[in-house]
Amino acid sequence: MKDVRLMKGNEAIAEGAIRAGCDGYFGYPITPQSEVLEYLMANKTKERTGMIVLQAESEVASIHMVYGGAAAGKRVMTSSSSPGISLMQEGISFMAGTELPCLLLNVVRGGPGLGTIQPSQADYFQAVKGGGHGDYKMIVLAPASVQEMYDFAKLGFDLAFKHRIQVMVLSDGAIGQMMEKVELDDERPRWTDEEIVKMHTWAATGKTKNRERNIITSLDLNPVKQEIINRKLQAKFRKIEETEVRFETIQCEDAEYLFVAYGSSARVCQKAVQLGRAKGIKVGLLRPITLFPFPYKEVKRLAKQVKGIQCIEMSAGQMIEDVRLGVEGIVGVEHYGRLGGIIPAPDEVLNVLEQNFIKAKIYERTH
Amino acid sequence: MSAPTREDICQLENEVYSRTTLLTPAPLSYCPGCGHGTAHRLIMEVVEEMNLQADTIGVAPVGCSVLAYDFMDIDMQQAAHGRAPAVATGIKRLYPNKFVFTYQGDGDLAAIGTGETIHACNRGENITIFFVNNGIYGMTGGQMAPTTLPNMKTSTSPFGRDVETMGYPLKITELIANLPGTYFVSRQSVHTAANVRKAKKAIEKAIQYQKLKKGLCFVEIVSNCNSGWKMTPLDSNKWMEENMFPFYPLGDIKVPK
Amino acid sequence: MAKVKGAIVVNIERCKGCQICVPTCQQKSIAMSEALNSKGYHYAMTINDECNGCINCGLVCPDGVITVYRKKYD
Repeated sequence: MKDVRLMKGNEAIAEGAIRAGCDGYFGYPITPQSEVLEYLMANKTKERTGMIVLQAESEVASIHMVYGGAAAGKRVMTSSSSPGISLMQEGISFMAGTELPCLLLNVVRGGPGLGTIQPSQADYFQAVKGGGHGDYKMIVLAPASVQEMYDFAKLGFDLAFKHRIQVMVLSDGAIGQMMEKVELDDERPRWTDEEIVKMHTWAATGKTKNRERNIITSLDLNPVKQEIINRKLQAKFRKIEETEVRFETIQCEDAEYLFVAYGSSARVCQKAVQLGRAKGIKVGLLRPITLFPFPYKEVKRLAKQVKGIQCIEMSAGQMIEDVRLGVEGIVGVEHYGRLGGIIPAPDEVLNVLEQNFIKAKIYERTH
Repeated sequence: MSAPTREDICQLENEVYSRTTLLTPAPLSYCPGCGHGTAHRLIMEVVEEMNLQADTIGVAPVGCSVLAYDFMDIDMQQAAHGRAPAVATGIKRLYPNKFVFTYQGDGDLAAIGTGETIHACNRGENITIFFVNNGIYGMTGGQMAPTTLPNMKTSTSPFGRDVETMGYPLKITELIANLPGTYFVSRQSVHTAANVRKAKKAIEKAIQYQKLKKGLCFVEIVSNCNSGWKMTPLDSNKWMEENMFPFYPLGDIKVPK
Repeated sequence: MAKVKGAIVVNIERCKGCQICVPTCQQKSIAMSEALNSKGYHYAMTINDECNGCINCGLVCPDGVITVYRKKYD
């Protein structure tokens, strides 16, 4: 019989991490994601799977604990919300420079500054374009349901180790806090120390006689060597762009108008597609699941098909820049967003699409 | 029998002291006379003598010893400025039977990393911290450190550290010794043979005690920075004895009951 | 009674000429060379036959360039 439970998004990713064989969680409380740490503590993970859970003194310490654990080849993770993720950028950049795998969760709240504790998507640039210093990318997964919060723990760890990269689950306060049914899969055992030594030959686990020492560092004072390191990183990102794009299309086959939205906004748009179709508007939805790598090709393919693209974000317009890069000017692209922690309503976003592309007829297909 | 010749003496079977094999062949990047080299060597000697190479993971800081991993022949990780105790926490929690240590300077440990230091100590992490205190930021060119003495001249306190405006030197070692999470806290130096012997004993204890899992072991090494202090190595050691030691007295600060 | 005699070997090219070993030698056996090594440092050298192999110089040398030998003889 299937193991189905009613869970909060934050609880689901915590349970997902346990079942994905996570070795360590290091975190610091912040609304709206504290349930992750609370759930892990309440579940006595050390007794259940041997997973270590530690409440650190700060987000800065949390990410550097993750950095330490990841360097030793373990599956480690942390979670936070916007201001806390800002604090973690130092450690994330170090992990990028040392190519260490880890799972990061940002349950985004409104900003800038302390902002609000309500859901937002204003950390898109931070997550997708780098965030910390230096030329780097993380794989960014955008869940739109509690089930995906659960699923992306395992997927995130697997992608992280496949590419030796940091994977961020870019959620928001709505997905983190809401309850939905979740289908759970079987627990995957944690790696043994012996398996880690065998599989992750790069990990700093103690120098044995049969190998060179493993040094985890992002420093090279020789600029020629540093450029080579950077080019290697970039090659990895290009490979990820080729192989790891994930997205979902809803009613796009005959669509004349297109919503592009991720996460909570995509759920709103999914309802708006239904409302639009009921009114006879041929509207579809493209939901990017990976924000890096972004589904540029799919955006371009659909741009050739539709008369207008309406981006919906809970921000002042961040993802729209990637959409426009994909569209390459083929068709008009408009942004609509609510800020400060407000989720737009389905009729609201449908109305915007109609105003921008159907009633005003400002944007016609130009080719 | 007459006295042996130099050739007779310099045979492998007569060797009584040589550089530990756990230091890599790389030339140390430190200035002439800097105590970092001696501190590196002592730690690696103890790791070698206790046969811990395969079980040791070291964490290097930001500062002069950022390249410690070039010299210590063990698995090492380089941490962001001040974060080494957090990094070591992450490693040790996941590998409780490994020997995990950090090697940090005063700017790293007692300024930018004060939070990580105090909380790792307070949690009683079963790690060992080696803290090299020379009262200055050596690598960046001799700026004022949290441990810079009152009236001491540095490039950012060119007229001497004015405690009224620049604050007082931080005795972080005494501070963390007061925390219940620390198990063994000692302050040593490595500028004379006698001090080297004492420092090595403290390092041995700090490594042995980690196996007991009773808390954090902390060894401070008060050292010179002849470049930053703008003195010859011998003069800097003399200055250290006359000025640093009265403020940072040597000896064990906290020993297990 | 057995006597001891020591000797040191300095890795001249690695010596940075810091002189810390000089005052630590109770036998006053160490001084700095007039000559320079390839890095431009005056290096440590023995100047008499009094070394007893006490290892003090080896202990304080920051660069670990001194190897100490000691031999007993009657």
